[in-house]
Amino acid sequence: MIALWSTSIGKKAVMAVTGFILTGFVVAHMLGNLKIFQGEEKFNSYAVWLREVGSPALGHQQFLWVLRLILLAAVALHIGAAVQLTRMSYAARPVRYRRTEAIHATYAARTMRWGGVILTLFVMYHILHFTFGAVGYAPGQYRPMSVYRNVVVGFSVWYVSAFYIVAMIALGLHLYHGVWSMFQTLGVNTVGADRFFFRTLATVTSLVVILGNISVPVGVLAGLVR
Amino acid sequence: METRVGLPAEDPAASRLDAEIPPGPIERKWERHRFDMKLVSPANRRRYTILVVGSGLAGAAAAASLGEMGYNVKCFSYHDSARRAHSIAAQGGINAAKNYRNDGDSVFRLFYDTVKGGDFRSREGNVYRLAELSLNIIDQCVAQGVPFAREYGGLLDNRSFGGAQVSRTFYARGQTGQQLLLGAYQALQRQVGLGSVTLFIRTEMLDLVVIDGRARGIVTRNLATGAIESHVGDAVVLATGGYSNVFYLSTNAKASNATAIWRAHKRGAFFANPCFTQIHPTCIPVSGEYQSKLTLMSESLRNDGRVWVPKKIGDGRPPDQIPESERDYYLERKYPSYGNLAPRDIASHAAKDVCDEKRGVGPGGRGVYLDFADAIRRLGESVIREKYGNLFDMYERITGENAYRVPMRIYPAPHYTMGGLWVDYNLMATIPGLFVAGEANFSDHGANRLGASALMQGLADGYFILPATVGDYLARTPPGGVDTGHPAVEAAEAEVATRVAQLLGIRGMRTVDSFHRELGQIMWDHCGMARNEGGLRYALGKIPELRQEFRENVRVLERNEELNQSLEKAGRVVDFLELAELMCIDALHRAESCGGHFREEHQTPDGEALRDDERFAYVSAWEYTGTLARPTLHKEPLAFEYVHLAQRSYR
Amino acid sequence: MNLTLRVWRQKNAHARGRFVTYEARNVSPDMSFLEMLDVVNEELIGREQEPIAFEHDCREGICGACGFMINGIAHGPKRGTTVCQLHLRTFRDGDHLTLEPWRAKAFPVIKDLVVDRGAFDRIIQAGGFISAPAGAAPDANAILVPKEDVELAFDAAACIGCGACVAACPNASAMLFTAAKVSHLGLLPQGQPERNDRVRNMVAAMDREMFGGCTNMGECQAVCPKEITIAFIARLNHDLLAASFKGRKPPRTAASP
Repeated sequence: MIALWSTSIGKKAVMAVTGFILTGFVVAHMLGNLKIFQGEEKFNSYAVWLREVGSPALGHQQFLWVLRLILLAAVALHIGAAVQLTRMSYAARPVRYRRTEAIHATYAARTMRWGGVILTLFVMYHILHFTFGAVGYAPGQYRPMSVYRNVVVGFSVWYVSAFYIVAMIALGLHLYHGVWSMFQTLGVNTVGADRFFFRTLATVTSLVVILGNISVPVGVLAGLVR
Repeated sequence: METRVGLPAEDPAASRLDAEIPPGPIERKWERHRFDMKLVSPANRRRYTILVVGSGLAGAAAAASLGEMGYNVKCFSYHDSARRAHSIAAQGGINAAKNYRNDGDSVFRLFYDTVKGGDFRSREGNVYRLAELSLNIIDQCVAQGVPFAREYGGLLDNRSFGGAQVSRTFYARGQTGQQLLLGAYQALQRQVGLGSVTLFIRTEMLDLVVIDGRARGIVTRNLATGAIESHVGDAVVLATGGYSNVFYLSTNAKASNATAIWRAHKRGAFFANPCFTQIHPTCIPVSGEYQSKLTLMSESLRNDGRVWVPKKIGDGRPPDQIPESERDYYLERKYPSYGNLAPRDIASHAAKDVCDEKRGVGPGGRGVYLDFADAIRRLGESVIREKYGNLFDMYERITGENAYRVPMRIYPAPHYTMGGLWVDYNLMATIPGLFVAGEANFSDHGANRLGASALMQGLADGYFILPATVGDYLARTPPGGVDTGHPAVEAAEAEVATRVAQLLGIRGMRTVDSFHRELGQIMWDHCGMARNEGGLRYALGKIPELRQEFRENVRVLERNEELNQSLEKAGRVVDFLELAELMCIDALHRAESCGGHFREEHQTPDGEALRDDERFAYVSAWEYTGTLARPTLHKEPLAFEYVHLAQRSYR
Repeated sequence: MNLTLRVWRQKNAHARGRFVTYEARNVSPDMSFLEMLDVVNEELIGREQEPIAFEHDCREGICGACGFMINGIAHGPKRGTTVCQLHLRTFRDGDHLTLEPWRAKAFPVIKDLVVDRGAFDRIIQAGGFISAPAGAAPDANAILVPKEDVELAFDAAACIGCGACVAACPNASAMLFTAAKVSHLGLLPQGQPERNDRVRNMVAAMDREMFGGCTNMGECQAVCPKEITIAFIARLNHDLLAASFKGRKPPRTAASP
């Protein structure tokens, strides 16, 4: 395994596996978000359930922390490998071209690195915003465990919603290339038919995640969720 | 200035050359010879250094095989990688007498077809060995992973090729040469990785070092740094390809050149049959003054295409406006039984004739139509597309014309040189220790090479013959004893440096390419598809003049110490300017027509090549005497015990 | 037609390079791109200026020697075509074209548009072969290979080693080149015994040469003159991952004669 990590392909494989985990999280998170349309009570009790999963075998938030640690490790490895690969790439072409033209690479593929940086910043903001209530709220507006209310209040500010919507489009682009790319990197899509399947899967995943997540701030701004 | 024109005097004292062909029945010669040859024990092999010049099929195969056996091998290539040698461009396939089709093929039949195809100017013993080894070559290449075409059952596929009535050609799409070369290249790189072969890329051989009558080293120039260096060894193998680029325009790669073999010739190696050159009938014609090379279109197109020109002289109408009654399907008219599938030399010659009558088509009037309209009407465009799609694409890329709509234009072009350094049965030149393989030697194709047999010969030489015969030579020679400080090495190195300095010092007015083009035109006009005494004598007058002008007026800029492509070209053109003269001398002396050598004075009433077996059933091997115009002719008589000498007819 | 060329000129590996503008006047649309450069060079020599160095040999798209960037695209705008087979009719009269050498740490510039691609040879040396000494082979038809396997292997084996994939890759990665050879040999039964070692050693060699990592952009397949696809890169990834989870054999040593 260490030998594998020392190769460029090994690092890519780490990005693919961690990317797979993070994609799974993103999709689950999006599905959870949609519960907001079921009303305040259902949504809040979902938030409570998340903290009590496995009870009584597991204590309060234990399962959640296990998940959080896995996600944290995945994020660390994903970014770590990305940074190393990026540095390799820069070292591999010390003199840049005067002129370049992309023929095949999609916008999504070409923006993976900056997209990743934007997503990292977004995640930090998102945690400070909804998990800690440290930003985006007037003093006293944020109430721990009043999840539904916090979301409605948070998204009522139009530019906060706009920022979330832009971030979700960035996330969708990242997934559009990332989901397809992870299967390519793991070498499971070697024949034509599979390649079409994975391309489609990536498109569907990114669209569903974008639309699912955007529906929340849009719902708030449109007054459907209040 | 030497402008003597005429037949060179034959040296009556010149020895008749002995090819050292082993005695015994033809099918036992090689087997018996292999047993008689001496061996070098595995422990002693690394004490011998072998210099292999060239990394094409023959060179890479020889270097890899000798390295595998444990010899200390140095391999030289003027390319940036050993994989670029021009063997890579061969399209059609490689022959082998496997009889996988059960259609009556055998080693003897391949041998027979090849001797006959060469118009009875090759050695029976060599050709039989080539046919025998063809079996091993296919086995070897498959084991290396060459992706030959296969049947649905997983067995190897075959196709038919010119000059044979059996299907014995193995192929890998239209890129057989590429795949075979990559097989040899990979075997070579494996030995480089293992340390048994040292590869010198961007390194061009500029002279041969002969010490005590034996080939002991080479002088090279590093093309990237200009460094002139010497390498010594116990044997030298030249696998440096043919010299079709003497015509400037040919199907050869731009860098293909005669320098290595020409320098060896000037050091004492005899040059055999220099006038035997193959002109391939189906190439894309010259489109303008700037033309830099010619591209072959596979001969297989003549299966479905009809060749024609307008009947009227100077008819400028586009082909679709020329009615059927005003077209001359000249091959079908002249050769009703073979029609458009007349053999290469016949088809080439006929195209030249109609163009000489000013009935040629396209820019410059040097072209004939190859028309698929009938085939498309008969079979449908999709069938034609399936059969020849990649060729039509290539044609469109180069000419911008859609050959499904308008007829292709084709014209013959120099393609291969059967002549080369004279070698005996062991592939050793007249300088002991100098071995010559592949197109660089003259050995197996006589006066005309059949399709799909060049790849076969290169690999037979490299994988199977040289590993045995070089070992035999070395076993009788103590290793080492010479280093790069030897006076003969230093002298050769100094000569090379002087030649380079001279080229850079001329600072004349004309570019190297302009000289090369002019030489090519002279050769094409007078020593090309058809030759006659007057033309050859004219060329023999012009070439020394051009050489003289080159010495006084060529412009090579910059310096030796870095990549200098003009300097590289200049060195090669100098040698072409000398070799061209020998080609004309040989063509003039051979007062008969055979294979690719068509002397207009010697033809049957039907216009076919007329051989003179009484006077010319021999290999002409020329010795350099210090004066280019007066080489000495040596003869190796050719005896035919197994193949009956016969006149060819295609009507 | 007339063209304006902005060409990278660099005296040698150590010199600093710069762009120089040349005019190609009255050139024919039927010329190949390299023939146009020949004409420019003849004029330069006529003016006692050093001609532009560029690599080329067969001029029929198979040797892999030629190649440079034309307006930011490796081998120029026509798909599946090397610069030697690219004809001027692809361009318009008056076009401005920027010619740059392949740029990668692993491909240092030697002069003008000529680069050193020796790194490719070293990747092959690491394992891009089947060990089959001459004389040891069984009958060719003793090894059965399904037609579809050999066709796929051929698609990969068609690689000409020109380096356009590296040049076009935003990461200067040699994955397509390496994948082509690994796939060619890995798809054939003859290639199985060395399959794991081959992929491990070739990938290690590729990384040693300082090529970048692959980010699955697909620029390489878009410029590949032989239109080799990145499906082979997936194959390479698969083989490396599979090999990494299998036991490592003792390292190869030189054959002791």
